[in-house]
Amino acid sequence: MKSAVEQKILALNGDEAVAYAVKQSDVDVVAAYPITPQTIIVERFSEYVANGEVETAFVCTESEHSALTACLAASLAGARTFTASASAGLALMHEILFVTSGCRAPVVMAIANRALSAPINIHGDQSDTMAQRDSGWIQIYAENAQEVYDSIIQAFRIAEHPDVLLPTIVGLDGFTLSHSVENVNALPDEEVKKFVGTRRFPNALTHEGKTAPLKLDPDYPMTLGPLAFPNYYFEFKRQQEEAMKNALSVIKQVHDEYARISGRRYGDGLLEPYKLEDAEIAIVCVGSTAGTVKTVIDDLRTEGVKAGLLRIRTFRPLPVQGIREALEHVKAVAVMDRSMSFGGQGGAVFHEVRHALYDSSKHPLTVNYIYGLGGRDTSPSQIREIYTDLQEIVKKNRVEEPVKYVGLRE
Amino acid sequence: MQSEEWKFTAKDIAEKPDLFMSGHRACAGCAPATVMRLIMKAIRGPTIVTHATGCMEVVSTIYPYTSWAVPWLHTAFENAAANASGIEAALKIMKKKGKIKHEHVDVIAIAGDGGTYDIGIQALSGAVERGHDFLFVLYDNEAYMNTGIQRSGGTPLGASTTTSPAGTVIPGKLEPKKPIADIMVAHEIPYVATASPYYWRDLITKVRKGLEVEGPAFLHVFAPCPRGWRSDPAKSIELSRLAVETCVFPLWEAVNGEYQLSTPSKVLALAPQKKKPVKEYVAVQGRFRHLLTPKFEKMLEEIQRITDMRWQKLLKKCGIA
Repeated sequence: MKSAVEQKILALNGDEAVAYAVKQSDVDVVAAYPITPQTIIVERFSEYVANGEVETAFVCTESEHSALTACLAASLAGARTFTASASAGLALMHEILFVTSGCRAPVVMAIANRALSAPINIHGDQSDTMAQRDSGWIQIYAENAQEVYDSIIQAFRIAEHPDVLLPTIVGLDGFTLSHSVENVNALPDEEVKKFVGTRRFPNALTHEGKTAPLKLDPDYPMTLGPLAFPNYYFEFKRQQEEAMKNALSVIKQVHDEYARISGRRYGDGLLEPYKLEDAEIAIVCVGSTAGTVKTVIDDLRTEGVKAGLLRIRTFRPLPVQGIREALEHVKAVAVMDRSMSFGGQGGAVFHEVRHALYDSSKHPLTVNYIYGLGGRDTSPSQIREIYTDLQEIVKKNRVEEPVKYVGLRE
Repeated sequence: MQSEEWKFTAKDIAEKPDLFMSGHRACAGCAPATVMRLIMKAIRGPTIVTHATGCMEVVSTIYPYTSWAVPWLHTAFENAAANASGIEAALKIMKKKGKIKHEHVDVIAIAGDGGTYDIGIQALSGAVERGHDFLFVLYDNEAYMNTGIQRSGGTPLGASTTTSPAGTVIPGKLEPKKPIADIMVAHEIPYVATASPYYWRDLITKVRKGLEVEGPAFLHVFAPCPRGWRSDPAKSIELSRLAVETCVFPLWEAVNGEYQLSTPSKVLALAPQKKKPVKEYVAVQGRFRHLLTPKFEKMLEEIQRITDMRWQKLLKKCGIA
């Protein structure tokens, strides 16, 4: 695909790509608290503020809990808002994650994915965001710094879409993406500004019976964040689920529109298949590991092995139908999880992919590989071993060990 | 300070529409509800109010009803000051960018003692350190009343609550109240004051002053809770007078860190014989009932001692020795 505009190639690490995208997205309020490996994002962004390169209020809060609260409140006051965090910081936000989605505040947050304590570990895995998968936030995971940049810009449009109005996380693997410098094609400032536009507000009925944009506005007083008893609470939650459903098509639309300007596509915006069409064995993964998997697939293909990949880009909402359709012709599927769901027999991605495949009449064999916890590297040879295992599973037509661990001393 | 007490006459107040409206579900004799109404009488223009979780939030915004005629937001318990930070930052930058038209919007954060002394103090301390222009109002009913009268950092010495019950051995709460308003003065913010609903004009004036200063302001309002204090619902306002007259809850202001007594307390400083014994205040509240038994009379003496000690310290700060 060709780009419709002239783009600038910048050498940026993933964190810097986030900061650069936020700088271009006409954000009103950024409230954040430092935590490795996210810190570069707020450092760079505060430099933009200090040098007058952005018209953004930067609120350096005393905790992540207050950072997200300030973004939530600013968002409900009508501002476009952004924050960033990781690991313990996201865990500290846990309570407010639910409040933000429940208040339908379209906050955008970058998470430099990092392991959770204990033992304390600053390196990459996806335990932090996977633990928040039921918090009502859209979750998009990037494969490289370029996609990080593109996804942040798209996230504002997705989150603020009146049919969606849900907060959105863009996940980038800690250090692997957050701290590795890559070439990033950046759109011109005015193109991004045009693409994100200004915030649109759905109308709501005030207690005075007036119709007004849904926000805190002294001209149209509204009570936001009220108490709902059993007679109303359930409907609020059902509406959030409806918004998630709407997000499936909005994410695709926004991704398409962006692709027309940038020339870059990531599958359909929800799922990115790689050489999957005729594949007999496939890996499913989330995040930067997909890059390694793709190179292994290229090698295997030259050897005549029909290997493929399905990268889940959008994990929330989960494209259940898309996953089923993409995988049901495959004989055996290895799902890679970079987090644990203790006692749950496998990781979160495994559970959800198996759930998506349950309604398929073909039922590919599925196996789970837990890998890379606490920043442990996963090599091409280990990925190759997974494909070898899958060939064995196909041959035996059964999975002997449903949950395996990659590169672990046992 | 532009505001003078004389600006708020009973007539002015009566004529001003209520922005905290009736129909809420507060208990009979709830002083916090009266405090909300008085606060909203001091509003000077476009205003956004944000609440911590607590009694006043719960009774006033039961979906699909509301008692608030101003834009109002609740998000959680510990973060009223962070809500205010976000709203204030958003309003300022959107004004600068021409996205909103109001020249100025006042921001008021309201929390109970739990949402201020305890779970809310981190967000509060952070917000005032960052210098956000907002007024934080603490309505202090001296325990977690919404969850059923559990002790907080604002519960006074000797009070019986459901988590500091007066037993046969322990005479209620063993620790005195945290000096929260002094802690806020230590943050070197431009305005800190205490108020009591009996002295309604003083209260309204202080709210207005808190709104008028540039930067953070903190108002500590005494707010009796008949359910939690086991007091007569008809006597909540009298109790809020008695607390001042016994110097249990003196009224003062600290403008740019300079303490000065407000008139009701200044009268007592100038005529110490008018200062009533703490026992008069304690005797009309069931939460202190056990202190009137011979077994725990020492605790009552201790409450008097601490009250006097704090009063003397305050007089010193106000330059009255």
